[in-house]
Formats: sequence, structure tokens, C-alpha cells
Amino acid sequence: MAIGLHDSSFKNPVIRWVDQRLPVFTMIQKEYGTFPTPRNFNYFWNFGALAMINLMVMIATGVFLAMHYTAHIDYAFDSVERIMRDVEYGWLLRYAHMNGAHLFFAIVFIHIWRGMYYGSYKAPRELLWILGVVIFILMMATAFMGYVLPWGQMSFWGATVITNLFSAIPFIGPEIVTYLWGGFSVDNPTLNRFFSLHFLLPFVIVGVVFLHVAALHITGSNNPLGIEPKGPQDTLPFHPYYTAKDSVGVVAYLGVFALLIFFFPTALGHADNFIPANPLVTPEHIVPEWYFLAFYAILRAVPDKLGGVILMFGAIAVLFVLPWLDTSKVRSMRFRPLARISFLIFTVNFLVLTWVGAMPADGIYVTIAQISTIIYFAYFLVVLPALGKLERPLPLPESISQAVLGHRATMGGGPIPGAATAKPMEKA
Amino acid sequence: MADSAAPMGATSPTKAGDVTKRDFLKLTTTAFAVVTVGAIAWPFIRTLAPAADVLALASTDVDIDPIAEGMAITVMWRGKPVFVRHRTAAEIEAARAPVPNLPDPQEDADRVQRPEWLVVLGICTHLGCVPLGQRPADQRGEFGGWFCPCHGSHYDTSGRIRRGPAPRNLDVPEYTFTSDTSIRIG
Ligand code: HEM
Ligand code: FES
Repeated sequence: MAIGLHDSSFKNPVIRWVDQRLPVFTMIQKEYGTFPTPRNFNYFWNFGALAMINLMVMIATGVFLAMHYTAHIDYAFDSVERIMRDVEYGWLLRYAHMNGAHLFFAIVFIHIWRGMYYGSYKAPRELLWILGVVIFILMMATAFMGYVLPWGQMSFWGATVITNLFSAIPFIGPEIVTYLWGGFSVDNPTLNRFFSLHFLLPFVIVGVVFLHVAALHITGSNNPLGIEPKGPQDTLPFHPYYTAKDSVGVVAYLGVFALLIFFFPTALGHADNFIPANPLVTPEHIVPEWYFLAFYAILRAVPDKLGGVILMFGAIAVLFVLPWLDTSKVRSMRFRPLARISFLIFTVNFLVLTWVGAMPADGIYVTIAQISTIIYFAYFLVVLPALGKLERPLPLPESISQAVLGHRATMGGGPIPGAATAKPMEKA
Repeated sequence: MADSAAPMGATSPTKAGDVTKRDFLKLTTTAFAVVTVGAIAWPFIRTLAPAADVLALASTDVDIDPIAEGMAITVMWRGKPVFVRHRTAAEIEAARAPVPNLPDPQEDADRVQRPEWLVVLGICTHLGCVPLGQRPADQRGEFGGWFCPCHGSHYDTSGRIRRGPAPRNLDVPEYTFTSDTSIRIG
């Protein structure tokens, strides 16, 4: 090997020539080929890869939609209708982008839920988790601004209500809102800057996802048992085991995606957004997209403007400190009987918040929203910190391989059969 | 820091607490860097503010002659709806009656120039929806003024917040009566 070149193990002369100068192939091989991965993943571990694919779908469809879209209040609505009616396959691109956003949030919600159930946020994966929350916030900002672009009634009034949230900030709030709008109401300058940012932010997300995955490859993945792999007998090389398992998930994902696009393309959206924006008439009932409803319910549960805004942002911000609120050393809730029940209640409660967020803001619904808001915060601020001290966890298995392979793993104590089957793949 | 033995360039050994040439350079460089970054950021931030053409749409003239007593119209000013309501005697009386514990205490007399004409921004001070109550068929809420359907704010016949999450009364824009039958907003 010449001095200054990377020591490549690839035989193909072209690949080798590149790899010696820029070891991308070595990196791919290391991070996605031989990467040692816990052998006991269930299908919840598909959702990170699915989110990544979904992100690429959003960027691909979005870039092509942008070639036909006009960011001006007089033309935006019509340009979107033109995409739907006149542009070849424009309807497909738009429906894919629209439903892709719904699916993206569904996937990331499940991905986050997985992390919370299996304690993936705990040491040493705190920063990995925090980067995930950053991605989640960026996604919400991106989706919000994207929803404004078709300039329908819900676009306009959603934008008005959400940007006005910032006016609750004492002293400088109204000034901030004027700077967000570029005027004195949501108007053409607002639409223009939202288009610019909606184009930019997904690429920022790509950057943070890169860091997220880089951090994952330092700590390695968590797994359903929540115990660290102790050696090669506990892991499998990522390829072909998890490339295959992820492919199963991808096929199911594409099936759901196709079902939405081709049979229920508007089922998850709101009919009012097919009416062009009218700054003089507020729709009877403003509802955000379903993935914002739980947080919207928290906003409306508080009868005070600033208080509502603080709790709503707090509901997301609390995720940042989750690794330090949960005081238990045991990761997986499989071994935490009380935490497990609490988390299931939390999950149902989150669905209740989502439901009540779509209901009118008066009478019994406000009471329900208030109770649910209390439960939401109690889980993070009271239950998790306390359970770490009070709860007696079930005994943890000795190792992943022992738990997966049962008694076979405990016999003899030498190399176990499972390790032998894994051997041929572990060429690195 | 001056205790660390390493001599620094041409400077003679310094005593503890002394300021070295290097400290000075670090400080000035940092200060210049901060000012430069601020100076570069400033124009970027200012582009986000309302531009001159947006600011130029400052005033709107409204003919109020056709508005019969008890009726109201909505006009656009700076891209926002403005409510102009020709109040009935009963509405004026309701607005002038003393109310204890207003969330945003204000006399009706301070909110109007002529009692029969109420001019307010048609923007809920909660999160900016347009309240209902302009058309005769609209719901006007519990206090006969306006009702915001978004999160349930009730305004009275002076446009004051009486119940709901909105923190302030409906804003009164700057306006003048240019004659008995017309006003200029802005
Ligand atoms: C665009 C969105 C996202 C993408 C593309 C993405 C991608 C990935 C990928 C590929 C993995 C590895 C596979 C897996 O474990 O499923 C992963 C793991 C992880 N993600 Fe994400 N992620 C996203 C959003 C989030 C969010 C919003 C959170 C949390 C708030 C999060 C938390 C985690 C954690 C804690 C892990 C490690 C989990 C483990 O190994 O058990 N991710 N992510
Ligand atoms: S915007 Fe009117 S009550 Fe919220």
C-alpha cells in the first residue's frame, strides 16, 4: 500500500482505488455490513429505518413539487390545483407528499414510543435521544410551514393561530410576531418566507439525522431486553440479518403508503383546506393536523394565554430531560411492572389528548383536556422520578443470548450454539 | 495563569494578576469578532421586518353613511379586518354600565370617539381569529358583542374581553372622523 492511502480490504479494482483515497466503502461495510447488532430486535426496531426512507420520499417529492408551485398569495392555491389537474402525475406527487407527512409522523411517534418503552433514552444514549427530539421539533416546524403553502383556509388560519402563539411572550412578543409575518398579518411576505424555510429545513433534518445515526453507532442499539450485549454471541451482523428484517417492514410500509395515496388520499386532511384562504372569515372550527392535536389540547386546556403556550412547549421540551427524570437503572419496561402500567396509561392518555384536541373548546372537553394534561406531566415529573426509588424491578436475564436461546445457552458455559451459527457471517 | 512557567515571546516574566499582551489580543479579537458577527447578522434580521411597501399601506378611508343603526361592516386595513359598528342605544347603555372585575379594565368612553360608533380591530387578542358577530345571524356570545369560535372568547358591546382565554380587549386602531359620514383608519 502506498503511503498516505487507506488500507482497503476491497478486491474490485475500481472500488479499491476509490476506497483507498476516500474510505466510504469501508465505512458502509463497517456501519451497515458487519455492524454488530443485538440479535433480539423486534419489529419496533424497523421504525428508524422507515423514518429515514420516509424522509427521502419527502425530499424527492417536495423538490419536484417546488418546480410547479408558486409562492404568492394570488397564485399559490391555483398553482397547487394546477399540479393536481394539469401536471402529468402531479396528483401522485402531491398525494405522496401530503400522505407522506402523515405517515412520517405516525412512524416517528411509534419510534419515540419504542424509545420510551424500552428505555432507549437512558445512559449512554442520552445525546442520541436529545438529537431525536431535535429532529422531532424540526419536523413539526417543517410540517407546519408546509401546510401553509397551499394557501387554503386551514393553511391561513393555522398559520395565524400558531404564529400568534409567540405574541404571548412578555414585552417582545408582538415584535417577534411582526418579524415572523413580515407585516401586520399573515400575508404574502409570510408565505414567501415559509416556502423558503420549508425547502431548507428538511436538509437540516438530514444533517441532524446523520448525527443521530453517528451517535447510535457509538453506543450501539438498545434492544427489547434493555441489557447491553456482552459479546459476539449476543449480536448479529447488520447485513444480512437486519437488512432483511428492515425490508419486511419497508414492504408493509409501502403497502400502507399505497393504500393511503390511491384509496384514501384526503382521509387524514381537513376539508376546509380545499377552500382558498380568506382573511376575513375564520372557519367555524380550526383544527390542526392530527399529529399536533395532543399538544394543541394542552394549549387549550389552560385558560391563560401565556400559561397555555408555556405548557404546550413544555410538553415537548420535557422530552429533552427525560433521561434524567427517569431515575431507574433498568431500561426495558418488561422488567418494570409499575413503570410499565404507568407508561400504558400515559399512552392511552396521549390518545385521549389527541382526540380531545379535535373537539370544541368548551364544556366537558375542557375538563377532560385539563385532567389529561395533568396526567401527561405527572408521568414525567412525578411518576418516573418516584418509581426509580420505589419500584422493585424483576430480575434481569444474564445476557441476551441466554434470554433468547433459553436453557441451551446456560449449558456448559463454553461457546454456545447460537454463536456458532453467527460465526460464518462475522468475517470482519 | 501568569504562574505557568512558560515564558511568552518577548514579554518579560509576569507576576500573578498581570495582564499579558496575549490576554489583550484575545480580548480585542473576541470583541471584534462579536461585533462583526452582529453587524453581519443585522441586515439579515432586518429583511424579516415589514418592508416599505407593506408599511405604505397605512391608512384606509371608510364611508360610514350606509351603516344603519344596529349594523356593522368589516373593512381591511393593513391586511387586517376592522369592525365598524353602529351601536344601538341599548348597546351603548350595556357598554357604559359599570362592570366589576374586567380582565382588561377600560371605560367604554375611552374606547370610542362618538358613542354610537365603535371601531375595533377584528382580531381576537388570543391567537388572532376573526370573532363572530358582524352579521345579524352570527352568534354574539354572552355579552352581545362578539364571540370568537376558536377557543371561546366572549366580547361585550364595547369590544372588551369578558370571558375566555383572550388577555386583552379588542384593539382600537388609530382613526379620525374626516366628516360626519366618513372615517380614516390609520
Ligand atoms: C427523521 C426522523 C428520524 C430518523 C430518520 C431516525 C433514524 C433512526 C435510525 C435509523 C435509528 C436506528 C434504527 C432503530 O433503532 O430503529 C434510530 C434510533 C434511535 N432513534 Fe431515531 N430517527 C428519527 C427520529 C427520532 C426521534 C424523534 C427520536 C426521539 C425523540 C428518536 C430516538 C431514537 C433513539 C433513542 C434511537 C436509539 C434506539 C435504540 O437503539 O433503541 N429518533 N433513529
Ligand atoms: S383566537 Fe379567539 S379565542 Fe383563541
